[in-house]
Amino acid sequence: MFDRRTFLKTGAACAAFILAGTRAQFAYAALPDDRRLAVVILRGGLDGLAAVPAHGDADYASLRGALALPKTGMGAPIDLDGFFGLHPSLHNLSEMWGHKELAIFHNVSTPYRDRSHFDAQNVLETGALAPHRLSDGWLNRALQPLGLDGGGGALAVASSPPLLLDGSARVTTWIPSRMPAADEEFLSRVAQLYANDPVFSNALKQGLETRSIAAQATHDMLNGGAAAAGYGAITPLMDGAGKILAAEHGPRVAVFDITGWDTHFNQGAGDGQLARRLAALDEGLAALKTALGEAWTKTAVVAASEFGRTVAVNGTGGTDHGTASIAFVMGGAVAGGTIHAEWKGLKSSALRDGRDLPAMTDSRAIFKAILADHLGIAKKSLEDRVFPDSAAAAALKGIIRV
Amino acid sequence: MTLEGALAANRFGLGAKPGEIEAASTNPKGWLAQQLRQDDSGPRFAKLESTQTLVVDLVRQQQARRAKDQEAIKAFAMETRQVFLKEMAARFLNGFETAQPFRERLVWFWSNHFAVSIAKPQSSRFVGAFEREAIRPHVTGSFADMLLAVEHHPAMQLYLDNAQSIGPDSMAGRLSGKGLNENLGREILELHTLGVDGGYAQGDVIALARILTGWSIDRGARPIARMMNAVAGGASDGAFRFYPARHEPGSKTLLGRNYPEGYQGGVQALTDLAHHPATARHVAVKLATHFIADDPPAESIKRIERAFLESRGDLMKVSEALVDEPAAWRLLPGKVRSPVDYVTAALRIAGGDRLSMLDEKSIVPVIQSARAMGEMPFSAPSPKGWPDSASAWTGSDAVLERVECANAAAEKLGSQSDPVTLADEALGPLLRPETRTLIQRAASPVQGLALLFASPEFQRR
Repeated sequence: MFDRRTFLKTGAACAAFILAGTRAQFAYAALPDDRRLAVVILRGGLDGLAAVPAHGDADYASLRGALALPKTGMGAPIDLDGFFGLHPSLHNLSEMWGHKELAIFHNVSTPYRDRSHFDAQNVLETGALAPHRLSDGWLNRALQPLGLDGGGGALAVASSPPLLLDGSARVTTWIPSRMPAADEEFLSRVAQLYANDPVFSNALKQGLETRSIAAQATHDMLNGGAAAAGYGAITPLMDGAGKILAAEHGPRVAVFDITGWDTHFNQGAGDGQLARRLAALDEGLAALKTALGEAWTKTAVVAASEFGRTVAVNGTGGTDHGTASIAFVMGGAVAGGTIHAEWKGLKSSALRDGRDLPAMTDSRAIFKAILADHLGIAKKSLEDRVFPDSAAAAALKGIIRV
Repeated sequence: MTLEGALAANRFGLGAKPGEIEAASTNPKGWLAQQLRQDDSGPRFAKLESTQTLVVDLVRQQQARRAKDQEAIKAFAMETRQVFLKEMAARFLNGFETAQPFRERLVWFWSNHFAVSIAKPQSSRFVGAFEREAIRPHVTGSFADMLLAVEHHPAMQLYLDNAQSIGPDSMAGRLSGKGLNENLGREILELHTLGVDGGYAQGDVIALARILTGWSIDRGARPIARMMNAVAGGASDGAFRFYPARHEPGSKTLLGRNYPEGYQGGVQALTDLAHHPATARHVAVKLATHFIADDPPAESIKRIERAFLESRGDLMKVSEALVDEPAAWRLLPGKVRSPVDYVTAALRIAGGDRLSMLDEKSIVPVIQSARAMGEMPFSAPSPKGWPDSASAWTGSDAVLERVECANAAAEKLGSQSDPVTLADEALGPLLRPETRTLIQRAASPVQGLALLFASPEFQRR
C-alpha cells in the first residue's frame, strides 16, 4: 500500500497529465520583484522567554528558577546584545542574526487577552480584534489584492489549510505524500465524478497542480527521504515547501503550522523537551533557507505564536498559558540583526496579572509591515480589508530592507 | 430502500453494511432507537486490559527509569505501542462490524469531545481503556457520570497534567516547593463543560485547578501507606487515587459557589458543571454540528439543549432528541466524512469476511491510511479534539490523498462482488445516477469500487 517506487512511476505520469491540461493556471506571480513570504504558526503558545531569554535582567535567574539557562557553559544562551540572547538550540538562527537576516520582537501578542489556545489562535489567524468576529484568515484576505488568488499562489503546508489561509480566495495545500499515486486514467474518471461538486472538483484540480510542481521541484523527496521522517518532523516540510516556493511557477506565499509548544510539564531549560522542539524548528528554518536558494534574498519568513507563557515555573516543571511571546522575522529581504523590545523587567509588578510578560507590540503591526513593505500591498486594502480595526496597530517601520 | 433508511445508516451510523439500508428503511427512527437500548460490543473488547492492570505497569516503568535500565525502558515503550495497536484493532474492528453503528458513532463523538492523545506519550497506554471504561458505559447514561469518569481516568490525568499538580499550601507543596498546573482546570471549563463563552474567568480556572489538586493516579503503595492515605480522607479505585497530602487546603470558590476542601469538593464541582446551562448549550452545539450540519439550524440546537436541561443531562434523552430532529432528515449538503469515518465506511461496505482477521499487525495500514488523510484516533493535535467541519478534510492535498486512498483501498479489497450492487447497498437513494453510470462503465470491478469510494456522495454522510 505504501510502495515508493509505484509512487515515483505513476507520480510522473500524473504530472504529465496535469501539465498538458492546466498550464495556464500558473499565471499568478504578480508580486513586485518576485518576492516570497512564509508565515510559521507556532501553535500551542511558545515560551518567548525560553526562546529569547533576557539573561541580562537582574531578576532572570531567580524568577525563572529551574527554567533559567545557566550563565556559562553547556546550555548557556547565545548572547545577542548583552541583555537578550537566543536559546542554545537556535544556532542556525544565530547565524542568520550574524548575517543581519533575523529581526526579533519581544513582548509580542495579538489583541486577545484571555488564555484559551483556541480563541487566541482564532485571533492570531483571523487578524480580528476578538475571537470569531471574522470567519476567514488575514492572509487569505491579502491574496486578492496581491493578485495571488488564482489558486496556486498560496500554499498551506498541511493537508487542509489552517484558518490563517482559509477563506474565499482559493489556495493549495501540500505535504509529502504517503499514498501510492493514482493513475491518470483513474483521475480523469474521478474528475468526471466531481463535475457537479465544486468543493471536491476544485480541491482535486488544485491538489494535482501543486503535486506536479512538487514533483518537479523536489525529486529527491520522492525517493522517500521525507516520507520516512517521523510524525511531527519539521525539516522535510520546510525543505519541500522551500523548493516549491523557489520554483519558477510555484506559489509565492506559504504557511507552516508547527505544533508542540504547549509546555505545561517538564519544559526543560538548556536541554529537554522545549530545547528539542526549538532545535527542530531551527533546523527546519535552515532547511527552508537552503531550499529557497537564490530566492532567499527575496524572502521574508515570520514566525509567531498565539500567546506566551507564565514567567515563573508552574508546579510541574513547566509554564502555563500567558500573554506575550516573541516573533521572529527572517530572510534575505529582512533588515535583521536587531531586537525590538520595550522591556519592563521581570518583577511581578511589571508582569500582567503578576504572572505574564506584558504585551507591548501587537503582532498585527508586524504582519502589516511585511505585507506593505515586502509584498507591496496597497494601504487601503491592508487597512480596510486585511486587518480591519487595526488602526491602533500601525505597521512597524524598518523591518524590510529597502 | 428509502432515503430515510440511507440517512439512518450513513448520517447517524458509520456507513451502511450490505443489507443495512434495507433493514433500516422500514422504521429508520426505530432502527436507531433500538441501538441505544443496550451495548453489544462487549465481546470485541473482552481481551483488552483494564485500566487497573495498565496502571500497575506504570510502576514497572518508574522502576526502570529510576534504575536507568535503558533496555527495560525501551521494552516498555515497545509494549506500549503494542497495547495501543491492540486497542486500535479492536476499536476499528468493532466499527467495521457493529450492528449498532449509531451507538458507536456516539462513542466516537464523546471520545473526541473529551479528547486524550498519544501526543502525550505518558497517556498512550491508557487511551483505549479510557474510551472503553470512561466513555462507552455512559453514552446513553448521564453526562455527569461520564464527566466524572473522564476526569478521574489516568489517561486524562496524564494528558492534561493534573496527575502532578500539587496544592502550593498542601503538605506536599510546602515540603517540595512544587505547585499548581492549570491545564486540566482550564480545559474542563473551556472544552469539556461550559465552553469558552460559558461565563468563567481566570480566577475560576485557578479555583478548579486547586479543587482538583490531589487527583492523580494510583501508583501503588505498601498497605500501610495506603491505609494512612485512606485515614487522611484519600480515595482510590486502583487506577485513580486522591492524595490528601497534595490537596490544597481550604474551601474554594468556583463560579461564585463554595466547595469544601477534600475529594468530595471536586466531585461536587464537576457535578455542578455537568448540570450548568452553559454546558447544555455547549454540548447541544457540538452534537448538532456533528450529526446535522457544519452550521446547524438554531432551532435544532435549542431543542437538543432543552432535552439536555430537562433531563438533567440524560444522554439517552439527548440522543433521542437528536434522532427526532427534523433537520437531520432533510437532505442538506451532507457532512464530509472524517478520514476515520471514511475508512470505516469503506470497510463496512466492502470489507467482507476478511475483517475478522484484523489484528495489531494488519491494523497498521488502516491507521496509516486515515493518518495520511489527516486524522488518526486518539492523536488529535490538541485537547480540543479533531475538527468537525468539511473544511478540515477538503484541502486540496487532503482530497487528493482521499482519492488515492480510494484507489489503494479498492485494489486491496478487490472485487468479490459487483461494484454497482455495492454502490446501491452503500448509498441507496443517495447514489446519484451519474455516479452509478460511471461505476457501470468502469474499466474493471476494482476501478468501479475505487470510483464508489471516491464519489462525493460516499465522501459525505
